[in-house]
Amino acid sequence: MIVADKKPIEEIVQEIEDVKSLLIAGCNECVTVCEAGGKKEVGILASALRMYYLNKGKDVKVDEVTLERQCDHEYLEEIRDMVERYDAIVSIACGVGIQFVAEQYPKMRVYPGVDTCFMGATEKRGLWVERCQGCGQCVLAKTGTVCPITRCAKRIMNGPCGGSTKGMCEISQEIECAWQLIIDRLAALGRLDEYEKLFPIKDWSTDRAGGPRKVVREDLQQ
Amino acid sequence: MRLQYPTNINIIRVPCTGKVDIIHILRAFEKGADGVYAVGCLEGDCHFNTGNLRARKRVEQAAKILDTIGIGGQRVQMRNLSSGEGPLFVEYAKEMVELIRELGPNPLKKAKAEIKKRENAA
Repeated sequence: MIVADKKPIEEIVQEIEDVKSLLIAGCNECVTVCEAGGKKEVGILASALRMYYLNKGKDVKVDEVTLERQCDHEYLEEIRDMVERYDAIVSIACGVGIQFVAEQYPKMRVYPGVDTCFMGATEKRGLWVERCQGCGQCVLAKTGTVCPITRCAKRIMNGPCGGSTKGMCEISQEIECAWQLIIDRLAALGRLDEYEKLFPIKDWSTDRAGGPRKVVREDLQQ
Repeated sequence: MRLQYPTNINIIRVPCTGKVDIIHILRAFEKGADGVYAVGCLEGDCHFNTGNLRARKRVEQAAKILDTIGIGGQRVQMRNLSSGEGPLFVEYAKEMVELIRELGPNPLKKAKAEIKKRENAA
């Protein structure tokens, strides 16, 4: 899922000091799971903002809505009738959802209410970890299902580098060396011969180096 | 025991303080409460293991939000006692009332009144 973190309220209010009515829009998908932008967080942010404005002597209408998804036009259409009633929208979906709201409603002021961080998983409640960088050309088959692009600070394809000490990365004692993990897992699988093979130069054009990316599936398009 | 505790406290019963969420605390302030405190079992004695510890964390988060928006985080507190400690319950209630008296009423009440006055004048 896409992992996001709450934006400090101080930062959000800077952008919306002048509004008279505001819609807080949450998303029922990834940001609900990482407890940053679901229905519950919409309620908390809306309540906090209502009190913030009131405390400043401003009469601002702050309403709440949580969509099934903000990264699909269909779900965004559901709020078409209501968006006109507001000066601005604070979206607490991921960056994708926030941009899609703005694209769907071009005349609307849309602001982010979360900081979108990465694609990751819930290690335990309150701890989310990055596992994929969406490089566009998956190498997990060759690396014992440990991603060197995500988990190695240098993103090297033939590791480990000289900075790996006792299984940890040189940039932090808290970060495990991805290549140590790869070797350990390949050893456990009895497939260390895979490690002997050198990776050819990776085609980074499918990563961000090729600019913003698209997946085109003509078989699905109408 | 027939102990008296301040009458300006409104008790909201919950099955466990673990049920109390940040939004409940915030809504109380939105509705004009001057202060909120959660009274849970002693730490380590929760029937549901971690209910009171969760409550403490939520109280802390609510306090942080209230500080940010200028209501004052001190207005929300967490207290722990066992069900046999009636006198301590009274002591906490008095302590809380005193703390809120020092802090004054919820600033939102004054703000609401001013907005209403402005509207009436216009």
